[in-house]
Amino acid sequence: MSSGHIISVKLYLAIFGALLVMTLATAGAAFIDLGGNLNTSLAMLIAACKALLVILFFMHVRYSSRLTWVFVAAGFFWLMILLALTLADVLSRRWLPTLLL
Amino acid sequence: MNGPVEERRQHYLNVNYGLKSWLLTIDHKRIAWLYLVGVTFFFFVGGLFATLIRMELLTPQGDLVQAETYNKLFTMHGVTMIFFFLIPSIPAVLGNFLIPLMIGARDLAFPRLNLASWYIYILGGVFTLAAAAAGGVDTGWTFYTPYSSIYSNTHVALTVIGIFITGFSSILTGLNFIVTIHTMRAPGMTWFRLPLFVWAHYATSIIFILGTPVIAITLALVAFERLFGLGIFNPELGGDPLLFQHLFWFYSHPAVYIMILPGMGVISELIACFSRKRVFGYDFVAFSSLAIAVLGFLVWGHHMFVSGQSVYASMIFSLLSMLVAIPSAIKVFNWTATLYKGSISFDAPMIYALGFIGLFTIGGLTGLFLATLGVDIHVHDTYFVIAHFHYIMVGSAVMAYLGGIHFWWPKMTGRKYSEPLARLAAVIIFLGFNLTFFPQFVLGYLGMPRRYHVYPPEFQVLNVMSTAGASILAVGYVLPLAYLIWSLRYGVVAGMNPWKAKGLEWETASPPPTDNFDVTPIVVHEAYAYGEAESQAVYPTGKPANV
Amino acid sequence: MSDSSIVHAHQFDDAEQQHEASWLGMWVFLATEVMFFGGMFLGYTIYRSTYPAAFADASNHLDIWLGTINTAVLIGSSFTMALAVRSAQLGARKPLVLFLILTLVLGALFLGIKFTEYYAKIEEHLVPGSNFSFAGPLGRAAEIFFSFYFAMTGMHALHMIIGLALLTAMIVKAGRGRFSSVYNTPVELVGLYWHFVDIVWIFLFPLLYLVGRHLQ
Repeated sequence: MSSGHIISVKLYLAIFGALLVMTLATAGAAFIDLGGNLNTSLAMLIAACKALLVILFFMHVRYSSRLTWVFVAAGFFWLMILLALTLADVLSRRWLPTLLL
Repeated sequence: MNGPVEERRQHYLNVNYGLKSWLLTIDHKRIAWLYLVGVTFFFFVGGLFATLIRMELLTPQGDLVQAETYNKLFTMHGVTMIFFFLIPSIPAVLGNFLIPLMIGARDLAFPRLNLASWYIYILGGVFTLAAAAAGGVDTGWTFYTPYSSIYSNTHVALTVIGIFITGFSSILTGLNFIVTIHTMRAPGMTWFRLPLFVWAHYATSIIFILGTPVIAITLALVAFERLFGLGIFNPELGGDPLLFQHLFWFYSHPAVYIMILPGMGVISELIACFSRKRVFGYDFVAFSSLAIAVLGFLVWGHHMFVSGQSVYASMIFSLLSMLVAIPSAIKVFNWTATLYKGSISFDAPMIYALGFIGLFTIGGLTGLFLATLGVDIHVHDTYFVIAHFHYIMVGSAVMAYLGGIHFWWPKMTGRKYSEPLARLAAVIIFLGFNLTFFPQFVLGYLGMPRRYHVYPPEFQVLNVMSTAGASILAVGYVLPLAYLIWSLRYGVVAGMNPWKAKGLEWETASPPPTDNFDVTPIVVHEAYAYGEAESQAVYPTGKPANV
Repeated sequence: MSDSSIVHAHQFDDAEQQHEASWLGMWVFLATEVMFFGGMFLGYTIYRSTYPAAFADASNHLDIWLGTINTAVLIGSSFTMALAVRSAQLGARKPLVLFLILTLVLGALFLGIKFTEYYAKIEEHLVPGSNFSFAGPLGRAAEIFFSFYFAMTGMHALHMIIGLALLTAMIVKAGRGRFSSVYNTPVELVGLYWHFVDIVWIFLFPLLYLVGRHLQ
């Protein structure tokens, strides 16, 4: 349950600023070839950080009950189950060498 | 304390009259009745499709209907039964009615959302019936692409839109249950004093919330492909048919736990009452419900063993499927231990409950056979699979539903039904069910494929047995419809607690007042205190609950 | 800080229980939304891993300037929404209405830019279907990319439109003085919804716009 804690304008402004900076950073970094899958990983990392800031501060989860944290975490955790087990299939389909040439 | 019902005592059924008071109600008990009418209607619609299927299968030739029509029949049978009967049945009827009563609350957390969920259910049903009337769908209830997304010439979009809409009904119900159970339990009603029925519905609601949205987006994407040409599943573009199957089964496997968990909750209540004993291993049964809900999300690939899925992923899914059987087995052991040295009576609800335990064991074990990779290669897409899931869906879930309807009928209506007729119907259903579906295990193992309207002549005897069983089953289902409706007017008036059961719902009048309790209960005991004289709660005098 | 004189719905014991239930209810709903969009993220992930070159090439046909500006606009609208909720918590009616209106304007601006992009895609024949045309051997998988582009941003836009309707309702109610420091749950819940829609875009932006920029 949200605690009714009131966040200062200053903190909101700081979060907003950080989000803008990270947006520009991710757009800029996209043009630099980091090799392999690093571009994607970096972009996802930045996106996750941005999402975390929105969740913790704009959505007040930082100041909410543990039950709220459980519900928030459950949603993302379940999405990870969907992604992980499906990718386990897709990425391992060609591992077994076939006899067809 | 309420004794025999006085003619003028006000309760939720007579507090006002008229169609508007029912269609605009926000009372969870009335909404439960709205759902009861809806699910009963769809049950018989689905049964009609089943009747035609079984009639066609009396003979090896395809002589009753054409192949395309047969495809539509089994598709509509599956869609109707799963989405419009099995998934809503126990949660939306019994769950809606009982959960506030069982936790000592006046209603669910969001009564208007509850009513909205019924209208959404009906709207989805209208869409799907419209598709059926316009000619139906022939893809199977599984809607595999690219047949459903590109090649089928039947009303796929209309049907999947209907299912999409109805999915929101499930989501709202699950949302309501989760929030209600977390925030509105009566004073003293700790989590571990809750009836196991409530635990079961909490676990079911987790699946509603986390699974249903995935089938929603999946069917939406199929509709987008058919309507707008967004070729996500189109093999000509490089689309992957298995992507659809992963998305579809990610929901549809947990969906089967949606269909069975509430039934297990009912069985816990029935076994306890009709053994006059507390449920053995309460904590284990409660945690098993949660375990089934969680583990049930990890096994969906066992529907895809022969689809082209990676054999490594298949091995993982096979292993996880073995694991999910464990909490189910724990429950069966605990129910059986509850029976041991109990004071058993064979009222109709108990007949259903005992039948459930046996048939669920068979259904569950055959599920393990199917989870075994090597065996599944042989029996996949045969009648073995059909028999397996009907043992769970019909032999277990429907029987739990009927057991629950009978058990709580006096509470819901203030009337008793005819016990001899009810026992007869329960036995007829049990016998008819086994005659219908046991032969199908044999048929499947011998190699008869599913979804075929023709079959080799050597399979006819078993098919005839199955159809004969189905006709007996049909009689068994019509009987309760008749005597329960009859009891509404002519049944013996029931008191507050005709079964002498334990639970807060039995400590208020039958039928209950609109706000459930005259005074909010304060819970002081554990659940299922059979053998002890006191009720679970005390009722302080003073300020009534709804001020 | 529950005041027994605050009106609450009859099924609740007090206003605090009602607030807790409403808050949890919205988070449960947002969990369903995570799974709803998640299905599309799964499909996207699978096809991107199968057709990386096509996805990179197709992504470069999106306008990165408009995408970046839109991301900033939406984050700005989350900022104003947070300030609106804060104003409601403080019982400051005029700032509440102002910040809600700002959020609405920024949200509408986002949609305006989005539909400008869509229009450009129509003209460039990048809408999947019979008019789709993408030069080169990667064209087929590129059509899959654009199918996801339209499905995901389209579903996101639909949620934005719903959000705008909710904001409008909040503006009207706030203007009439329905909210105060002791009762502002609807504003809070609309805020949660709006922030969630922002988070979806935070992930959509790099996945759709930034796939192959380093290969350009």
